[in-house]
Amino acid sequence: MSVMLVFLAGIAAIIIWWMAQQRLTSRPWLEVGHVGQPGGGEQSQIPPAKIGLYVFLAVVGALFSLFISAYLMRVGTPDWWSTPLPRLLWLNTATLIVSSATMHWAKTEAQRGRGDTMRTALLAALATAILFLTGQIFAWRELTEAGYVLADNPANSFFYVITGMHGLHIVGGLVALGRTMTKAWSGPITNSLRLSVDLCALYWHFMLAVWLILFALFAGWANDFADLCRQLLT
Amino acid sequence: MVDIRSGAGETIPLAEVEDVELYHPKSWWTKYVFSQDAKIIAIQYSTTAIAIGMVALVLSWLMRLQLGFPGYFDFIDADHYYQFITMHGMIMVIYLLTALFLGGFGNYLIPLMVGARDMVFPYANMLSYWIYLLAVLVLVAGFFVPGGPTGAGWTLYPPQSILSGTPGGKDWGILLMLSSLILFIIGFTMGGLNYVVTVLQGRARGMTLMRMPLTIWGIFTATIMALLAFPALFVAAVMMLFDRLLGTSFFMPAIVEMGEQLKQGGGSPILFQHLFWFFGHPEVYIVALPAFGIVSDLISTHARKNIFGYRMMVWAIVIIAALSFIVWAHHMYVSGMNPQFGFFFATTTLIIAVPTAIKVYNWVLTLWRGDIHLSLPMLFALAFIVTFVNGGLTGLFLGNVVVDVPLSDTMFVVAHFHMVMGVAPILVIFGAIYHWYPKVTGRMLNEAMGQIHFWVTFLGAYAIFFPMHYLGLLGIPRRYHDLGDATFVPDSAHTLNAFISVMALTVGAAQLLFLFNLVWSIWKGRDAGGNPWRATTLEWQTPQTPPAHGNWGKELPVVYRWAYDYSVPGAAEDFIPQNHPGLGVPTRETGS
Repeated sequence: MSVMLVFLAGIAAIIIWWMAQQRLTSRPWLEVGHVGQPGGGEQSQIPPAKIGLYVFLAVVGALFSLFISAYLMRVGTPDWWSTPLPRLLWLNTATLIVSSATMHWAKTEAQRGRGDTMRTALLAALATAILFLTGQIFAWRELTEAGYVLADNPANSFFYVITGMHGLHIVGGLVALGRTMTKAWSGPITNSLRLSVDLCALYWHFMLAVWLILFALFAGWANDFADLCRQLLT
Repeated sequence: MVDIRSGAGETIPLAEVEDVELYHPKSWWTKYVFSQDAKIIAIQYSTTAIAIGMVALVLSWLMRLQLGFPGYFDFIDADHYYQFITMHGMIMVIYLLTALFLGGFGNYLIPLMVGARDMVFPYANMLSYWIYLLAVLVLVAGFFVPGGPTGAGWTLYPPQSILSGTPGGKDWGILLMLSSLILFIIGFTMGGLNYVVTVLQGRARGMTLMRMPLTIWGIFTATIMALLAFPALFVAAVMMLFDRLLGTSFFMPAIVEMGEQLKQGGGSPILFQHLFWFFGHPEVYIVALPAFGIVSDLISTHARKNIFGYRMMVWAIVIIAALSFIVWAHHMYVSGMNPQFGFFFATTTLIIAVPTAIKVYNWVLTLWRGDIHLSLPMLFALAFIVTFVNGGLTGLFLGNVVVDVPLSDTMFVVAHFHMVMGVAPILVIFGAIYHWYPKVTGRMLNEAMGQIHFWVTFLGAYAIFFPMHYLGLLGIPRRYHDLGDATFVPDSAHTLNAFISVMALTVGAAQLLFLFNLVWSIWKGRDAGGNPWRATTLEWQTPQTPPAHGNWGKELPVVYRWAYDYSVPGAAEDFIPQNHPGLGVPTRETGS
C-alpha cells in the first residue's frame, strides 16, 4: 500500500496548502457583519467544472495508485513470471504523447480564437487517441498469440487489467472529446467551448502521465526504483 | 490579537442576481422523477435508502430469530443465515448509512445551508441517484437468482467468497454483489464531485469556510474521504470479479476444492484484506463525520447556545479524516502481521481517540448551562453522545493487539461496531429527520409517536447490544449459525440470546411506527411554519417552506455571521439568522 500512501501524502499536501489559505484560525464568532467583496478571496476564480475535474483526477489517481500498490504487493511471488513488453507499446506510447501534444495545441489555438486550426488539432487528437487504443488492442493480441494469456500468470493478469482500466478511461475521455467536438463544429469559439477544450487537454495530459508511470511499471523500471527505495529504508 | 471585524455601519450592496444556468423542469416527469433538483434527488436517495434499510432490518430479525431460538425455524439453515448476515451488513453500511448521509442529507442540506440555488453539476447529480438505484436493484436481484445472494460475510474475504462452499460463491450471488458495489461507487463518485465542488464554489457571499455549519463540514470532509477510499473497494471488486469469472489468481491461493486442485494459485488473500480495509476503515468515519457534524448543529440549536470550540470542532473533523487513512490494518491483527506494524497501527488507532474525545467534550460543554429543550432531535442527539462514548470505549479495547486477538471473532466485536457505527449514526439520522422533516414537508412529525419511537429505540438498542459485550467476554463466537452444545457456553447465555432477540423484534417494530409517522405527518402533521426550531442556519430562512426550485427568491442570501448566534446578549430574540445583518457586536468577548 506504500504507493497509495505516497499518493495520499501528495493529496494531503495539496489539501494542507489549500487550507492554509482559508483562514482556518479565524474566530467566526467575532466577525459579525463582515461579508467581504463579491466573489473575492473566499472562492477561487477557477470555474467549477475545472475544480470538478481536478477532484475527479484525484479519484482516478487514487484508483491507479491502488492498482499499482496491489501490483507491487503481488510482484515477486514465486509464481510470478514477468510479461515481456511488446515492442508495439513503444509506438503506442509515442502516439499517446502526440495525442496529448495535439490536445495542448488545440487548447492554445482555442485561447487565441483560431477556430479552424483548433478543429484540425482536435481531429488529430481524436485520431491519435483512437490509434492508441487500437494499438493497445493489437499489443494484447500479440501477447495472447505468444501464449501470454490472462489467467496463466499474475503478471499477465495485472497487465491486462491495468491496461484495460487505463483504456477504459481513455474511452471515457473520447466521449467528453466527442461532446466538445460537436460543440466546436456547431458554432464559434465561446468561453464554454474554450473551457471544454481546456478540460479535455488537462485530462489527456493526466492520462498520459498515468500511462508513462504504468509503462515504467511494466517495463520493470519501477521494480528497480522500488528496490532502491527499500534499500534506502532498511 | 482579536480580529474584530464588526461592520455595523458598513453599507452592503445587495447580492446581484447571478446569471445561473438553473435547470428548469418542463414536465411532471422531469420535475419529480428524472429531476435535477438536489432536493428531489435527496428525497429519492433517502426513500430508496430507507426502503432497502427495511430489508436489512428484516434480515436482522431473521438472524436474531435463529440465534435466540435455534432449531425453531426450519427455513433458516446455515446457508440462509450467512446470506442474511452478509446482506444485512452490506446494506446497512453502504446502501443505507453512506447513501442516506451523503446522498440524502448531503443533497438536501449542502445547497440550502451554504446558500446556493442547486448543486453545481445537476445532471451528474441526477445520474448519481439513478446509478445508485440500479446498484440497489442489482443487489436485491441476488435474492431471486439461483443460489441466492452471497453468504461470504460483508467483508467478502477471498478465497471462501468465490468457492462453492459459500452460498452464492459459484452462483450468481457474489457476481451481483460485486457488480452492485462497482455501480454504487461509480454513482457515488458522480454525486461526491457535486458535494465537494458545491461546498468549494457554490457558497453564498459572506459564507466563509469558517462560517459553515458543522453539518456541512462533516458531510464535506466525509465526501472527500469517500472519494479517496471507495476506489480501494472498486479495485478489490474488479480483481475479485476477474478471479471468479476468468480464473486469474489475484487473491486465490492454491486450493483443493471438493477434492479437486484448482488451477488458480499463488494469490494473496491478505492483499484483498488490505484493499478492503483501506476502504473499510475510512468508511467508518465516512458514516461518523456527517453524524458528528449534524449532532453538533442539533445540540447547539436545541440547547440555544453557540457550539463550544467551533474551530476545534472543524480541526478535529479534518484530523480524524486524515488519521483514519492510516489505521486500516487494525482490522487485520488476527490475519497476522509484523509486530512493528501491529504496534504502529495500534498507536494510530488510539491516537484517533484524542480528536474524537475533543468533540465529545465540546458537545457536553455546549450543553453545559444551555437552555436545553428536550425536543425529539435533542433526545436523539443526547442518546448519540452516550452511545458513541460507549462504542468508542470498547474501541480502545479492540484497538490494542493483545486485547483484540482473544476478543476478535466474538460477540464483543459485534457489540462494539453496532454501538459505534450502527446505533450511534442511526440515532443521528433519526434526530436529523425529526429536525429537518418540517423543512422538507412543511409539517412537524407527530410528537407522541416520536417519543415512543425514541424511548423504545434508545433503551431497546442498549438491551440488545449491552448483553452482547458480556456474551463476547464469555467467548461466544460471532458468525455462528448455531452454538450447539459447547461446554463453555452456560445456559444463561442461551437465555440472554433469547432476550436479545425479543428486544431486536421490539426495536424493529418501533421503526415501523417511525415509518408510519413519516407518512402520516405529511398530511396530518402540525403546520410547521418556516423556522419551527428558531434556528440560525440558512436553510430555515428560505422564502418558501418547503423550499421552491432554486431555493431562494430573486436574491441569493448574504451571510453576515457564523451559524451559532444563539442567546446573544442584547439581541431582540434568542437567535440571529446567518443572513441577518443585525447587531455588529461580537457575541462573546474572548481575548487570546
